Amino acid sequence: MAKILLEMKNITKTFPGVKALDNVNLKVEEGEIHALVGENGAGKSTLMNVLSGIYPYGSYEGDIIYNGEVCKFDKIKDSEAKGIVIIHQELALIPYMTIAENMFLGNERGTKLKINWNETNGRASELLKIVGLKETPQTLIKDIGVGKQQLVEIAKALAKNAKLLILDEPTASLNEDDSKALLELLLKFKKEGMTSIIISHKLNEISYVADKITVIRDGSTIETLDKKTDDISESRIIKGMVGRELSDRFPKREPKIGDVLMEVKDWNVYHPLYTERKVVDNVSIQVRKGEVVGISGLMGAGRTELAMSLFGKSYGDKISGQLFLNGEEVHLNSVQEAIKHKLAYVTEDRKGNGLILSNPIKINTTLANLDAISNHSIIDKDKEYAVAVEYKEKLKTKCPSVEQNVGNLSGGNQQKVLLAKWMFANPDVLILDEPTRGIDVGAKYEIYCIINQLVAEGKSVVMISSEMPEVLGMCDRIYVMNEGQIVGELDGKEATQELIMSHILKASSKGE
Amino acid sequence: MNKMKTADFVKKYTMIIVLIVVTAFFAWRTDGAILLPMNVSSLISQNAYVFILATGMLLCILTGGNIDLSVGSVVCFVGAIGAVLMVNKDVNMWVAILVMFAVGILIGAFQGFWIAFVRIPPFIVTLAGMLVFRGLSNVVLDGMTVSIKDCTTFVNLFGGGANCYIPDIFGNGTINMTCLLAGVIATVLFIFMQMKDRMTKSKKGYEVGNMGAAVAKMVLISIVILAFSYRLAQHKGIPSVLIWVIVVIMVYAYITSNTTTGRYFYAVGGNEKATKLSGINTNKVYFLAYLNMGFLSALAGMVTIARLTSAQPTYGQNYEMDAIGSCFIGGASAYGGIGTVPGVIVGAVLMGVINLGMSLMGVDQNWQKVVKGLVLLAAVIFDVVSKRGGKMIAKN
Repeated sequence: MAKILLEMKNITKTFPGVKALDNVNLKVEEGEIHALVGENGAGKSTLMNVLSGIYPYGSYEGDIIYNGEVCKFDKIKDSEAKGIVIIHQELALIPYMTIAENMFLGNERGTKLKINWNETNGRASELLKIVGLKETPQTLIKDIGVGKQQLVEIAKALAKNAKLLILDEPTASLNEDDSKALLELLLKFKKEGMTSIIISHKLNEISYVADKITVIRDGSTIETLDKKTDDISESRIIKGMVGRELSDRFPKREPKIGDVLMEVKDWNVYHPLYTERKVVDNVSIQVRKGEVVGISGLMGAGRTELAMSLFGKSYGDKISGQLFLNGEEVHLNSVQEAIKHKLAYVTEDRKGNGLILSNPIKINTTLANLDAISNHSIIDKDKEYAVAVEYKEKLKTKCPSVEQNVGNLSGGNQQKVLLAKWMFANPDVLILDEPTRGIDVGAKYEIYCIINQLVAEGKSVVMISSEMPEVLGMCDRIYVMNEGQIVGELDGKEATQELIMSHILKASSKGE
Repeated sequence: MNKMKTADFVKKYTMIIVLIVVTAFFAWRTDGAILLPMNVSSLISQNAYVFILATGMLLCILTGGNIDLSVGSVVCFVGAIGAVLMVNKDVNMWVAILVMFAVGILIGAFQGFWIAFVRIPPFIVTLAGMLVFRGLSNVVLDGMTVSIKDCTTFVNLFGGGANCYIPDIFGNGTINMTCLLAGVIATVLFIFMQMKDRMTKSKKGYEVGNMGAAVAKMVLISIVILAFSYRLAQHKGIPSVLIWVIVVIMVYAYITSNTTTGRYFYAVGGNEKATKLSGINTNKVYFLAYLNMGFLSALAGMVTIARLTSAQPTYGQNYEMDAIGSCFIGGASAYGGIGTVPGVIVGAVLMGVINLGMSLMGVDQNWQKVVKGLVLLAAVIFDVVSKRGGKMIAKN
C-alpha cells in the first residue's frame, strides 16, 4: 500500500441556493494517476477549486490533508507552494508573449527589479525538453497550435515544482494524435513518481491512463474504481456517472433517405491570411434529404473551414467551386443569402461564435430569424417569448425561464439554445460543427435525439465531429477529410474507427 | 424570499432611487428652490442637448463600449454653419435647417465609414473628428460670435429665450391650461397603452405580470407626468425644446426595444462574431450608430445655438463628456450590449439635477466638476460591484 499523498475528507461547499459538493471524499495515492469523472455540473471542477485554494479555507467544510498535514489554503499561491498545480480547461496563456515568458509568469526568475533572461530561457528549454516540445523558448504562444500550448501549460506547472498535477479536461481541444502524446507524457511522469489527477469526459482515455477512477454525481462521491480489482470499461464508468445503464449511447433511427439536397463540386478555399495556403482542396460532397452525413478527420483537416466557406463564404479567400441546393446552382456570398437558401451552420465555438452570453435565451433563440417574429422590422415581443418557450420545451432546455441569460446555463443547455436558434431559422440543411463538444453524456444523448428528429422531418444534417464513436454511431454516410481533401467515403454501417484512421494515414503517407 | 425581491427591486431601480434621494437632498438644501416651476423648466432647457446626445451616444456604446468624442465639436460646427447661413448669408431658415442636418449626417457617415468598414478604432477616429471640427468651427465663424437674436422663428422653434414655449390656446390665466391638458392626455394615453398591452397579452394566452405591481407602476408614472406638467404649467408652459427631446426619446426608446435594427445594436455589443454568423451585417450596425450620432449632434447643435441665441467657436465643449457620463450613470455597460434609453435619460436627469442643485446652492464651478466626476465614478463602481454580488474587490 503506497502512501496516501492527498486526502480530501467530507468536503461540503455551498453556493447561495445550491449545494455544489456534499460530503465528498477523495483519496489519492502517491505516484498514481487518479481520474475524476462525472457529468457536467457534478462538482468536479468545484472540488479541484477547493483543493487549489481558489475557494479559500473557511468557505467550505471538511479537511484537506496533504502529505500528512491539514492544509488551509488561502489562495492559489499557497497550494502551489506545496506543489499542487492545476491546469485549467481554458488555457491561460498570453498569445503575444513567448513560451518562456508565459512559463514563468508570476514566478519570474531573477529579482523584482531585473529579470534574469538567461536563466528564464535556459530553464524553459530544459522543461520543454522534458515535455517533448520542440520549440525554442522565444517562440510566441500565438504561433503554436493548441496541442503544443497544452504542453507549455504542463511545462509551466513543472516550473512550479509540481508534485501533484491536476489537469481539467486536458484533451478537450486536442486532436487524437496530440491527445495520445499527452497521455503518454502523463504515463512517463507517473514512472518518475509524479502524482496526477485528471478530469475528463473522454472515457476511453481514462480507461487507458488511470489507476483509479472516482465517480462524482450531483455533488457526491459515488464510488472509486481501482484498475487492479474493478471493471473500468467505458460502460461501467458511464453506469456510475448517470446512475443507470446507458445500454445504447446513440438513439435508434430508421433512415428515410431521399433525393440529393445539397451538392458541392470542386470546392477550393484558401487561407484568409496566408493566401497561398490551400485549406480546402477540390472537395466534392453530396448530402441527401433525411440523411446524417458525417465529416470525420483530425483537427486541422479543413472541416470547419469547408463548412464556414459554404455558409455564405464566412471563412476563407479565393473560394471557387459549385454549390447546388435542390439541384439548382446557388451563389451564396453572404451569411444572409445562405440563411435565405435554408442553410445553417451551427458553430463549434458556442461561446465565441454562437451565442450572446449576456443576453437572455429568448433573444438568442430568435437572432438568426428576426423577420419571422417581426412585422416591417418591428419585433412582436410576445411572439418572440412564445417561440422561445416552444423551443425550450421541444429541446428540453433546463432553465428557470427564457428570460435567463445564456451565460448562466451549463454547456449542454447552451448547446441546446444554439440548436434552437438555428432550428428556428428553419433550414433544410444543418451543418453541425462539433455539436457535443464539452457536454456530458446525458446531454449528448438528447442532442442525438434532436438530430434524429430533424432528419425525420426531412431535413439533412452534416455532422462534423472529432469523436469517432459519435460519427460512427450517428451517421448514415461518412466522409473522411485530411489536409483539406476528402480521402474517403464510407457507409455508416460498414465504417469502423480503424477504417477511418487507415484512410487518414494512407492519405498522409501519400502526401509525404 | 421577500428579502430577495427587495434586493432585486433596489438593483433594478437604483438610479431612480438615487435620483429621488438627490432631488430631496437639494430640495432640502435649497429650501425647495430646485422644485420651483422656473427651475424645473430650466432643467429641461439647459439639459436638452444632453438628452439628445446621450440617446445617440447610447447606440455607439451599445455596439461594444465605443464612444464618440467628436460630438461637442460637431455640435459647435453645425451650429456655426447654421448661424452663418441664416445671418451672414441670409439663407431661408428651413433651408438652413436642412443644410445643418445634412452636414451632421455627412459627418456621421464620414466617421462611420472609417470605423465600420475600415475598422479604425472609434476612439481614434472621433478624437481626430473632435480636433478637425473644432478647428473648422473657428474657420467658419472666423473666430467671432455670430448672433442669431433676429432669427426669432428659429429660436422659438428650438427653444431658448423667453418666448420659446408652446402658446397657451386657452388665453392667459396664471396656469397654462394647454400644458396641463397635454399632461393629462399623456397620462391617459400611457395608461391606455399599458392596459391594451396587458389585454392583448392575456388574450393571446401569454403570461402577464402581477396586476398589483403593474398598477403601482402605472400610478407612480402617472403622478410623475402630472406633477411635472403642473409644474411647467405654473411657469410658462411647455418649453418648445421639450417637444424635440420627447420625440427623440420616444423614437429611440422604441427603436432600441422594439425593432430588429435596435436588436442588432445589442447583439453586436454582446458578441459580434455570433451576430455576424447569424446573418447580420455588423459593419452596417457600426456605421448606423455613428451616422445617427452625426444626425443627433446636428439637432443638438440647433438646440444649442437657439438657446444661446448665438454661435461661438467655443460652444459644445465637454458635451461629449456629459453624454458619455449620462450613459454610464444610466446603466449602460462599458463593454457594450447593455443599456436602455430610459436608463440613460434617468442618468442625464440625475446629472442635470446635480448641476442645477449645486448652482442654486452657489457651489463653485470647479467644485461642481469634482462632484460630477465623483458621481460618475461612484455610479460605475456601484454597477460593477453589484453585478459581482456585492464583493468590492475583484477576485485575484
